[in-house]
Amino acid sequence: MSAAEGTRRDFLYIATGAVATVGAAGVLWPLIAQMNPDASTIAAGAPIEVDLTPIADGQVIKVFWRGKPIYINHRTKKQIEEAQNVDVAKLPDPQPDSARVKAGHDQWQVLIGICTHLGCIPIAHQGPYDGYFCPCHGSVYDTSGRIRSGPAPSNLAVPPYEFLSDTKIRIG
Amino acid sequence: MSGHPTYQPKSAFMRWMERRLPIAGLVYSSFVVYPIPRNLNYWWTFGGILAFMLGAQIVTGIVLAMHYTPHVDYAFNSVEHIMRDVNYGWLLRYLHANGASMFFLAAYVHMFRGMYYGSYKEPREVLWILGVILLLLMIMTGFMGYVLPWGQMSFWAATVITNLFSAIPLVGESIVAWLWGGFAVGNPTLNRFYSLHYLLPFVIVGVVVLHIWALHVAGQNNPDGIEPKTEHDTVAFTPYATIKDAFFLLVFCVLFAWFVFYIPNFLGHPDNYIPANPAVTPVHIVPEWYYLPFYAILRAIPNKLLGVVALGGSILILLFLPWLDTSKVKSAKYRPLYRQFFWLFVIVCVGLGWLGSKPPEGNYVLIARIFTAYYFAYFLIILPLLGFFEKTKPVPNSIAESVLGKGVPLGAPAPPPRAA
Amino acid sequence: MAFQRKILALVLAGGVAAGSLAASAATAAEDTPQPPKLKWSFSGPFGKYDQGQLQRGFKVYREVCQVCHGLTLLAFRNLAEPGGPGFTPAQAAAIAAEYQVKGEPDDQGEVKDRPGRLADRFPPPFPNEQAARARYNAVPPDMSVIAKARGYERGFPWWLLDMVTQYQEHGVDYIVALLTGYEDKAPAGVNVPTGTFYNKYFPGHTLAMPPPLSDKRVDYTDGSPTTVDQYAKDVSAFLAWAAEPHLEARKRIGFQVIIFLIVFAGLVYFAKKKVWREVELHPEKLTPRPPTEYPRS
Repeated sequence: MSAAEGTRRDFLYIATGAVATVGAAGVLWPLIAQMNPDASTIAAGAPIEVDLTPIADGQVIKVFWRGKPIYINHRTKKQIEEAQNVDVAKLPDPQPDSARVKAGHDQWQVLIGICTHLGCIPIAHQGPYDGYFCPCHGSVYDTSGRIRSGPAPSNLAVPPYEFLSDTKIRIG
Repeated sequence: MSGHPTYQPKSAFMRWMERRLPIAGLVYSSFVVYPIPRNLNYWWTFGGILAFMLGAQIVTGIVLAMHYTPHVDYAFNSVEHIMRDVNYGWLLRYLHANGASMFFLAAYVHMFRGMYYGSYKEPREVLWILGVILLLLMIMTGFMGYVLPWGQMSFWAATVITNLFSAIPLVGESIVAWLWGGFAVGNPTLNRFYSLHYLLPFVIVGVVVLHIWALHVAGQNNPDGIEPKTEHDTVAFTPYATIKDAFFLLVFCVLFAWFVFYIPNFLGHPDNYIPANPAVTPVHIVPEWYYLPFYAILRAIPNKLLGVVALGGSILILLFLPWLDTSKVKSAKYRPLYRQFFWLFVIVCVGLGWLGSKPPEGNYVLIARIFTAYYFAYFLIILPLLGFFEKTKPVPNSIAESVLGKGVPLGAPAPPPRAA
Repeated sequence: MAFQRKILALVLAGGVAAGSLAASAATAAEDTPQPPKLKWSFSGPFGKYDQGQLQRGFKVYREVCQVCHGLTLLAFRNLAEPGGPGFTPAQAAAIAAEYQVKGEPDDQGEVKDRPGRLADRFPPPFPNEQAARARYNAVPPDMSVIAKARGYERGFPWWLLDMVTQYQEHGVDYIVALLTGYEDKAPAGVNVPTGTFYNKYFPGHTLAMPPPLSDKRVDYTDGSPTTVDQYAKDVSAFLAWAAEPHLEARKRIGFQVIIFLIVFAGLVYFAKKKVWREVELHPEKLTPRPPTEYPRS
């Protein structure tokens, strides 16, 4: 009798405890979710379109997407050659230039302008390779945006982008 | 030290902790084995409900503060941003706004319970006074919180209530300018209300700690108003009160959820969805429902300064209740005449609340004055006199006797449980 | 007991008397009639917006109201979000592109207009209040939350009933009444200043907005009647959504939460009964001690 009573009593307490845990999770979820990016922030991070026609040969412009600076570099023939004629295996972060541009559009370089060391914005057309140079701790990037020397561990990141036409790209 | 079972740590880690910071022992003696009268009814669950609501308001308030902008040009829109864009923002906002109403509802029930059963009497006077201080802090916090959405009611309530201080002779105008931080309610006012609205709830937490401490020194009052005498009169807090508090808290939450999810704007005023406009005063400026009785008292007195005095007096008079009520019998259960006046008092308070929502014209003014007179007469005339003239009913010998029924000798086995 | 009942009767009688005295004061002060209570698809615990109605209402807003009234707290992407009019993202983007919004300053520092995108909010119809006043002699209010910014008093005991029936549509009922409440001739003795119009439901009865709706003013492609009454209901439903875009989620989650709380409360109730049965069955097993001062260890 007492054993059966025991299990019946325990079942009620266990059921109550289980329901309480579910309730606690239900209360906790909105409190955590509210810190995730809100709808207006996500909408503001929608892809942007950039018209390439005003960018002259050799010119670099900076646009912002999702709060990050994006370099769009209209590379000169010399810069493209220097980027391609490289022993990829000897690079600190080996990557061929072809993997960092879109086929048939290798004069256009689109990079996230954030140094992969600690997040400063490297300066364009600077440094021994006429690529990018980060003034914070001296990281040096080439005309493909690849790390050559300095403390940065990897190449400048390439954002997702596509060519809508020869003169327009969509970033994001 | 009488035989309270003390906390016996089971693990080596807990033994180590208890020697250095005996929090577990404190929780054990205050909330597990702490004895409470066995005859408490459900009116006694509102203390726990209030503690829960304080926590709920703080948590929802802190997350809302992550998204709100306290500037006159952005405040209204930032609240709409919360309602529209922030994940579950609409839920957090409605929880916080309706939570304030639920908080005050629980506080008023809790106070009326204290008045009915004489919980403010010796030795619980300081407990009661701490409670009145908590009410004052809640009123200030709620008032400043309502200003933050920067709607029409926010702005004009701020203007009207801060202008009350100009009634103070000589220094009144300076005090008002000091409160405003300018020549009128404006951005400095909004910013400082935001800061203080964030601060005061934590002051409330501190005073609640004192309130619970004072409670535990004297022990709970109970529906019979007689102090526990033997061990048969009490039960341990956990699990007996814990589970009762949990149950009624859930019932309370059903009411809370009804407002939040189905009628979230019922207790508010549509004018607060109009952005604040210093050039246009709403036709009827009305505070939220929980301030209406005090608002009615303020407007009932035709003189500006005396109206403010009456408003302050209506709350401050509560501080003196333990001494104004001269009866030696605590609980209204045994005070038949007091009971009538008490219920009349409750009706008057509700009536004042209704009057506070009406324009101060015509017959409303007369009735508000009559009700205000009763409000003060209750404390200043009726209660002092009742102690001398009331014939109280005989009070039971002990709690156990009143629970178990007369004729059952103490120590006898309990009567068999009634058939379910 | 009898004495208590006498007191209660006296108090109730007094209350009724006070109430009727006060009521006569009330009716004298305000003669604006109460708007008729309408049926809405989104009222009640299981209410949902009618997508067709929201789309028609949006059409009315665009063709009639938006010249003067902004919707600046809404973004074009809201038109494609769940619980709303149900446009596809492509349709919403096309709608956005029909509007001109202020762009970023160009290289010369000039701010030019550009077509709207999904992330943009509806642009305001006038740059500031002063421009509105210069154009209309009044400031047409923004419509983003107007369905919640309007309402009317429901006397006792109706507002108690409203808590149970969940009547929250005071604002939309008022807006429909306002839009259909214009009268060509004001009643005798009522002065209608030039530049204002007489309306039965507007507090004060004269407002600066001319009657905006007329039959056949807006084409409906779904066969709904093209009457002032239909336009008023459709645009009000749209405004209700504009003010409360998360209404459907709110009511759905509310149902789940309340059922959960009731089940949970039921379980805790039975647990409480079990726990307290111990007190009755075995009073000698309680862990009580006489109350003393706070234990100082």
